[in-house]
Amino acid sequence: MSTYDEPEPTHRSESTSPPDDAVQVLDTDGTLLPGAQRPALTDQALLEMYEELVLARRFDERATGLQRQGRIDTYAPMRGQEGSQVATSFALDDEDWLVPTYRDHAAKHAHGRSYEALLTHLSGYREGYAVPDDVNALPEYIPIGTQVPQAMGLAWGFTMQDPHDRAVLCHFGDGATSTGDFHEGLNFASVYDVPTIFVCNNNQWAISTPFEAQTATETIVEKADAYGVEGVRVDGTDPLAVYAVTRAAVEKAKHPAEGERRPTLIESCQYRLGAHSTADDPSAYRSEDDGEDWEDQDPIERLERYLYHEGILDDDLADEIADRVEDCLATAIDRAEATETDPTRMFEHVYEEPTDRLREQLADLDGLRERHGDDAFAEVGE
Amino acid sequence: MSTAADPSESADDDTVEVEPDVAADAIDLDTYDGPTESLSLVEAVRDGLGLELARDDSVLVLGEDVGTNGGVFRATEHLQDEFGPHRVIDTPLAESAIVGSSIGLAISGMRPVAEMQFMGFASPAYDQLVSHAARMRSRSHGQYTLPMVVRMPYGGGIAAPEHHSESREAALVHEPGLKVVTPSTPADAKGLVAAAIRDPDPVIVLEPKRLYRAFREDVPEESYTVPIGEASIRRAGDDLSLFTWGASTQPALAVAEDLAAENGLDVEVVDLRSLSPLDVDTIAESVQKTGRAVVVHEAPKSAGVGAEIVATINEEALYHLEAPVTRVTGFDTPVPLSTLEDFYLPQALRIREGVLETVEA
Ligand SMILES: Cc1ncc(C[n+]2csc(CCOP(=O)(O)OP(=O)(O)O)c2C)c(N)n1
Repeated sequence: MSTYDEPEPTHRSESTSPPDDAVQVLDTDGTLLPGAQRPALTDQALLEMYEELVLARRFDERATGLQRQGRIDTYAPMRGQEGSQVATSFALDDEDWLVPTYRDHAAKHAHGRSYEALLTHLSGYREGYAVPDDVNALPEYIPIGTQVPQAMGLAWGFTMQDPHDRAVLCHFGDGATSTGDFHEGLNFASVYDVPTIFVCNNNQWAISTPFEAQTATETIVEKADAYGVEGVRVDGTDPLAVYAVTRAAVEKAKHPAEGERRPTLIESCQYRLGAHSTADDPSAYRSEDDGEDWEDQDPIERLERYLYHEGILDDDLADEIADRVEDCLATAIDRAEATETDPTRMFEHVYEEPTDRLREQLADLDGLRERHGDDAFAEVGE
Repeated sequence: MSTAADPSESADDDTVEVEPDVAADAIDLDTYDGPTESLSLVEAVRDGLGLELARDDSVLVLGEDVGTNGGVFRATEHLQDEFGPHRVIDTPLAESAIVGSSIGLAISGMRPVAEMQFMGFASPAYDQLVSHAARMRSRSHGQYTLPMVVRMPYGGGIAAPEHHSESREAALVHEPGLKVVTPSTPADAKGLVAAAIRDPDPVIVLEPKRLYRAFREDVPEESYTVPIGEASIRRAGDDLSLFTWGASTQPALAVAEDLAAENGLDVEVVDLRSLSPLDVDTIAESVQKTGRAVVVHEAPKSAGVGAEIVATINEEALYHLEAPVTRVTGFDTPVPLSTLEDFYLPQALRIREGVLETVEA
């Protein structure tokens, strides 16, 4: 199915998860598969990728814990999916844009968003959604599939201004491919031939709906054919493979060869090891041994083993990285928890200038706060 | 208003419709003395769905995660075990297809009950709802009718992420051809779900998710309906009428009790329960009696259903008014994330101020 062939993709022969037609570079034991090449990444870049993965895993653990302690609101775990998230962002240049979902924490971080900002919005402050001017990412999308046509439009606009300037990478899950927006967005992207990389993080589940019940096709990638975009299927737990296919897609998006189409649909095969969100209980819909095959597909261990084999990483360096990660998260959590807000903020940014009605409503609220104090606003009986 | 099939109407129609008699199964919850069980609102919804699935083979439940998972709020828990995957159907993630296919299913003779996981995610289905569900009967000159239900958890107050807290009832109420109901108690929830399923028209059931597990009450065990189009007077009073629905009913009642105890102010709390059709008679009679009114809703103020109620009061009871009608509502802003939700929701403090302002005016 895959039309991607540089470096020579290696297809696994035995059928485990992910399926054997997905592009792979590393074996699960962290050795290069026969015929596979290390992507063009320096030792330093590989170490950065590794650190980003370790940070992502720890962020996930800490965020889940914070939610259980009631310190943040609902959180969407990404355990098992960090490799794909980090590698796709590593394949982007700074000027390229990222359009993430509620689960793409590591992708966002790797493209320049801070974990502090993520924790801020997870703590219930809209302030955390504000994206710094020097980071080319949109705030995360929660309504499923809606980002697909928007990402296409972003890329379309960029090509109108400079055809080789930037690519747009858009994430979504397998569930999103059932929405009308997915199909409309891909079709537009192809018709207008815009530099968009559509990454389906196929984690096999949309809350309780398994992949087989989501679509009657065997793969997501085959849907690319219907729209005339290139489709690539990759092992999403192999960070180097994900990097290689995404990087090629980004290059092509910005500098297509004669007759080559810019958009690519990447199906990144993964497994959601944890719950859909902290409000979800997977034991209600999947058996305990479901996904067992995926357990030895840990993206972090896979890269770690490779780095050890290659002599790029050793125990001392790994410890150093682990310490740095803990410090980084401790600071992010402290800062996010020190966020302050004010009810008047609710009225900001609804329009560029608040309407008379909004000003009136704000004045009423301010009057009440003055007379009664903020504690009086807590809901009765709650 | 009667939701039972009008015999003269079926005589005009070519369709063979067996409309269960909703009115016959309506019970007066205030005087009911049969066997009951203690249920939360979400359990009552499930009970209502289960009984309708059992009594009518054409009833189907469909939506995202409604089967094995029993719904993200557990509103359909165990129903798939009981009725099988062909009656309680997990669908792909596609709101437009869920509602669009329900329209086709209804025309084919089934009675689909679709779930939108959250009202904030029903937007893709809006085209199907307003362009088709709302007008199939009128468009086909009565040949095709849509006995279908769309259930949507709505409203804020549970510290949910973005897009999980919307109250968009006004948009639906504005569509001729759709009926819109919203229970505020477990007993009403069970009866309204049953009435909605048996109704010959498309009915949207808005379920206040903040109340899903907020409290329990004794709910009749038997199958029954609560007629669509009838408001419920939750607390009778002479001094002022408080009109509300859904999750705002609880703080409204609490304020009424407090003011009665503190100031001897006798506030009538009317839970509209059915937003379309609106129970104009109950609204008018209440204001004619009390002379003052406050409308409370969680949705933004501008062009909310509250505006419709104020206009209705003007039409039906203007000369009985002793003060302008006050609206206590959400603000004209998106629903904020958790830290500011208490300031957005029309909770007790703001309701109380609205009542006192209207009394003192
Ligand atoms: C339009 C829409 N419908 C329903 C939901 C509720 N919902 C949130 S996540 C989800 C499943 C999404 O699955 P998938 O696209 O595979 O992404 P994943 O969560 O697995 O990363 C659903 C149904 C939503 N957010 N948006």
